[in-house]
Amino acid sequence: MSDFDFSVITANWHFLAEGLRYTLQVTVTAMIGGIFLGTLLALMRLSSIKPLQWFAAGYVNFFRSVPLVQVILAVYLILPLILQFVTGKLIPIGAENSAYFTFTIFEAAYYSEIMRSGIQSVPRGQIAAGYALGFTYGQTMRLVVLPQAFRNMLPVLLTQTIVLFQDVSLVYAIGATDFFGAADKITQRDLRPVEMYTTVAVVYFVICFALSRLVKRLQARIAIIR
Amino acid sequence: MNYHWDWQFFFQEADDGLKYYEWVISGLGWTTAVSLASLAVALLLGSVLGVMRTTPTRWLVAIGDAYVDVFRNVPLIIQLFLWFFVVPELVPEKMGIWMKQDLPYIVTAVVGLGLYTAARIAEQVKSGINALPRGQRFAGLALGFTEWQTYRYVRLPMAYRIVLPALTSEAMNIFKNSAVTYAVGILELYFQYKQIIEKTSQVLEITIVVTLAYFTLAFVMNRLLAFVEKRTRVPGLISGTGGK
Repeated sequence: MSDFDFSVITANWHFLAEGLRYTLQVTVTAMIGGIFLGTLLALMRLSSIKPLQWFAAGYVNFFRSVPLVQVILAVYLILPLILQFVTGKLIPIGAENSAYFTFTIFEAAYYSEIMRSGIQSVPRGQIAAGYALGFTYGQTMRLVVLPQAFRNMLPVLLTQTIVLFQDVSLVYAIGATDFFGAADKITQRDLRPVEMYTTVAVVYFVICFALSRLVKRLQARIAIIR
Repeated sequence: MNYHWDWQFFFQEADDGLKYYEWVISGLGWTTAVSLASLAVALLLGSVLGVMRTTPTRWLVAIGDAYVDVFRNVPLIIQLFLWFFVVPELVPEKMGIWMKQDLPYIVTAVVGLGLYTAARIAEQVKSGINALPRGQRFAGLALGFTEWQTYRYVRLPMAYRIVLPALTSEAMNIFKNSAVTYAVGILELYFQYKQIIEKTSQVLEITIVVTLAYFTLAFVMNRLLAFVEKRTRVPGLISGTGGK
């Protein structure tokens, strides 16, 4: 422990910071895309049209029962095959880019379950009130139900985002250079596992711990008093 | 699509004399072993931590809370790497060498995955205990039970039955999370999946098979615990009357 070499960290901080930036980019992209897709899936699941319900249920259950690392690798390998089939030419995607897509479709399944319980937490009378005002289904959802569902579920959505932020480290499986990947690559070169892995662990801890405390405070502040 | 489907390759012999389908089965075995062993570690430690966090003793609560904060806020793959590559460097030299050379990988992986999951179980156990009316504890104490006996005979038997659905999903998660142990050299299902893709390039077939295997594991675990849940239902609670 006494020979903990801080210079390894300072010498490589630029590379680590690049990795962290990529991790944050994937997190934010997958959060926005995932919540959007997830909300659509939740609406499908709660709609009265049977095939839509089946599709949404199948989608969610599928992604919730396979390990994320497997999905990351499978999409990375299969997406080019599909693109080649559709467009007829070979398009190299790259590990970094495929992760954006994977995390968006994967997290959509988890966000959709959160949005579903959010929508279900809105009193039924709100929908009736929307229709009574002459709103269409779309308007009722967009202007009445979803804003409330979103507000009710905001802490849970953010907690899921913290989980997502941690899960981005699994792009290790396809060799993308995220925060952890960057640290791992430096370790392979400089053979300083203690410094590198500890740094990543500490930074992850500080960020996630701070965010989860913020979510807790937010939860107390935005709770609707009924 | 110019993908060449070939389901026969599962019966071809790989370099090590085994057939590819045997790789899948052996991976499935390791996945099950790692997951169940980690689940045992997690349940045991998670229960202890969960109970600690509900006691009136301040420092026990503090330890339990700190544990959960640390283990929930660091990604699993990094925790595993810490156990494998960092901890052996920090402990006394002799012990470090022993950890690196003699301690089987699987033990370290099980401990890593178990400690990670324990934080989640501790949360569930704590919320289960806190869901009970505090009168249950008072009643126990009034009967002359010690604090520990109120847990053993009154509160834990109820708490476990209340949080069993949440524990079920943790038990299913541990099978999925066990895939991450491939990164520290455990030859479980995902490791074999990766290896078979490298050897044969039959991505689609093996993806279908491995996905179905994970489905099956999750499904079996789910049915098993649903059975336990049914048998241990608390009469009188909403869940106990089937929602009626």
